[in-house]
Amino acid sequence: MTDVEPTTDLSVPAEPVMPAWEYAPAPESTEIVRLRERYGLFIGGEFVEPATGGTFPTISPATEEVLAVVSEAGPEDVDRAVRAARSAHDQHWRDLSGAERAKYLYRIARILQERSREFAVLESMDGGKPIKESRDVDLPLAAAHFFYYAGWADKLEYAFPHVEPRPVGVAGQIIPWNFPLLMAAWKLAPALAAGNTSVLKPAETTPLTALLLAEVIQQADLPPGVVNIITGAGATGAALVEHPGADKIAFTGSTDVGKRIQRATAGTGRRLTLELGGKAANIVFDDAPIDQAVEGVINGIFFNQGHVCCAGSRLLVHEPAYDELLDKLKARLGTLRVGDPLDKNTDVGAINSRAQLEKIGELVESGVEEGAQMYQPPCELPDRGFWFVPTLFTGVSQSHRIAREEIFGPVLSIMTFRTPEEAVEKANNTPYGLSAGVWTEKGSRILWMAERLRAGVVWANTFNRFDPASPFGGYKESGFGREGGVHGLEPYLRLEGRP
Amino acid sequence: MTDRVEVRRTAKLYIGGAFPRSESGRTYEVLGQDGELLANAARASRKDLREAVVAARAAAPGWSAATAYLRGQILYRVAELMEGRRGQFEAELADAGAQDPARGVDASIDRWVWYAGWSDKVAQVMGNANPVAGPYFNFSVPEPTGVVGIVAPADQALLGLVSRLAPAIVSGNTAVVVASEPHPLPAVTLGEVLATSDVPGGVVNVLTGRVAELLPWLAGHMDVNALDLTGCPPELAADAEIAAAENVKRVHHGPDVDPFDARAQSPYEITALMETKTVWHPMGA
Repeated sequence: MTDVEPTTDLSVPAEPVMPAWEYAPAPESTEIVRLRERYGLFIGGEFVEPATGGTFPTISPATEEVLAVVSEAGPEDVDRAVRAARSAHDQHWRDLSGAERAKYLYRIARILQERSREFAVLESMDGGKPIKESRDVDLPLAAAHFFYYAGWADKLEYAFPHVEPRPVGVAGQIIPWNFPLLMAAWKLAPALAAGNTSVLKPAETTPLTALLLAEVIQQADLPPGVVNIITGAGATGAALVEHPGADKIAFTGSTDVGKRIQRATAGTGRRLTLELGGKAANIVFDDAPIDQAVEGVINGIFFNQGHVCCAGSRLLVHEPAYDELLDKLKARLGTLRVGDPLDKNTDVGAINSRAQLEKIGELVESGVEEGAQMYQPPCELPDRGFWFVPTLFTGVSQSHRIAREEIFGPVLSIMTFRTPEEAVEKANNTPYGLSAGVWTEKGSRILWMAERLRAGVVWANTFNRFDPASPFGGYKESGFGREGGVHGLEPYLRLEGRP
Repeated sequence: MTDRVEVRRTAKLYIGGAFPRSESGRTYEVLGQDGELLANAARASRKDLREAVVAARAAAPGWSAATAYLRGQILYRVAELMEGRRGQFEAELADAGAQDPARGVDASIDRWVWYAGWSDKVAQVMGNANPVAGPYFNFSVPEPTGVVGIVAPADQALLGLVSRLAPAIVSGNTAVVVASEPHPLPAVTLGEVLATSDVPGGVVNVLTGRVAELLPWLAGHMDVNALDLTGCPPELAADAEIAAAENVKRVHHGPDVDPFDARAQSPYEITALMETKTVWHPMGA
């Protein structure tokens, strides 16, 4: 025990600030979603059968029911998709004027807005995230991303003066399961705007919104082969990474897989950007607006079940604020509604997969074994599906696994600090560097901290804000390259000097 | 012709602002165009390389926190002192087989001046205020990535090196340079210029020796943030890039053009070794 231990008795849950409210179920209807029983691969503008005939099911993590059967792309299918993308690039897309490319992207943005509710419901069904998040965050941002980059397609020479911006060619894009449609938008929009074509591989546990996006691409009359969407697991992704016809690889996912991809593309001259893991510090000073900070800390780690690479998974609290903040966090934790992702009142949905649930459980166990104190509010979980109670750890030391490793779940590790220098030192004491949060009313301190935090995104008195105009991406082992903003175009362009 | 005996220079390493010999005690012969002995250059070891990375890391906080104005003046000072030593550089380039040594020295000095001027402009040109859809002030700025490992091109022993080094350090990075293996002497002299140019010790560290021996340790070092492999022999690049993945190093290959070509200098050579940081803050009364 250190001298900064809380005086709070950890065995007794804190009183909720307000009396607990009973919420009647408010389920979003799934009627709007028309699922097919079986999905092919989207190659060259149409759905085709995989060469090997391999398939796998995708389930709802909230009910464990099979939603649909999707195709598993083997090396032959990957090759076919890359060739379709190459031919679309060389024969059409590359030479289409930026103004015309822009209009296709605007169309996609508009159709996503039109079909937004359908996408949101399907996202929550397939991935387990609360409908209010897929409806209010994922979908609006995905549409906005296409709209934003559409406008760049015919303005690239203003973004990169004195060089001739040219497309890289065929982009192989591999995306994770935490924001399936949004990550597809982050990958496709800048690639297409810059004149590239794409082979996109969604994660194996969340393929359905990407396959629905294929329908949108058909509705937008995008030339066949400009976007190809192939489903499968790690082997499919590896085949895409190793395909010499993919001129550029863009990957969002774990640092471990990112390193493997960096090795696989080493020495090939093919372009690479990586958006990898994180272990962000959310730093709260004693002069912070505490109630806002509590909301920011809760949002920072429990948004999307903590399945967020930039999640504020380490809370660093200024010692004078520790007792008050901890009491308020516990009280707030008790008001989080965990359950049916399709219920409009749900705050924390289902864990995305059994494998992820087991990983979270294993790390939480290590936290207890290594001597940190765990707090979980009373919480009823559904009988079926994958769930994890929102969890806090206090008495965490920097050497604990729960302070070092990315948990990617609703688990917050709380530590303390005395001086701004100590906060910076602890925040930067990680191989990751994706994001950080600072809470204080002192403007000079915000800027001082923001300058010293080695992270690609610093949220001051807010957290988990995203926008297509705002560059996103990491320092150190959180990857390289940026997505969003003018910076997000550069990975998809060759910037050649004027002859 | 005087019968005075010339005082020769010992070609040493440049690490942390000092000029040590290799801890290994090894040297290698640097030969001129006719096979004559020019120097016994230090043949740096793995341990020397690690010392150089430690020195570069130690120098990083101070150099990156220096004002852009100050870094610009210091880089300009390097150009000033190179002018004073131009005779020595020209002789060394002639020994290395340069067709027009004076032109190489001119271009190298001018390259320092060109990059010096970028120190307080790169954030203005490459930074942004981002119009996000909400009540937030949002801005992006480029920041140095940290410690950069540089393999200098084997030929163009001075201009090739300056073209890689100046864009790396102008933003606040520190560097560990592996000099041209066949023609290390201009790099050794550049180290001596840097030591007297107000460039803080450790900001640039110059190793001479065998590239094939040093590069694996540089590429795999966990405290190096980025690699500039523009000058790397192609047969060594793939293994270096594989080793670089261990801590997700940024790997940069500069433009494949003659360093005298106008395209060889570009602000993108600076940002290739920088990170972009984006800061959000709510707006409200």
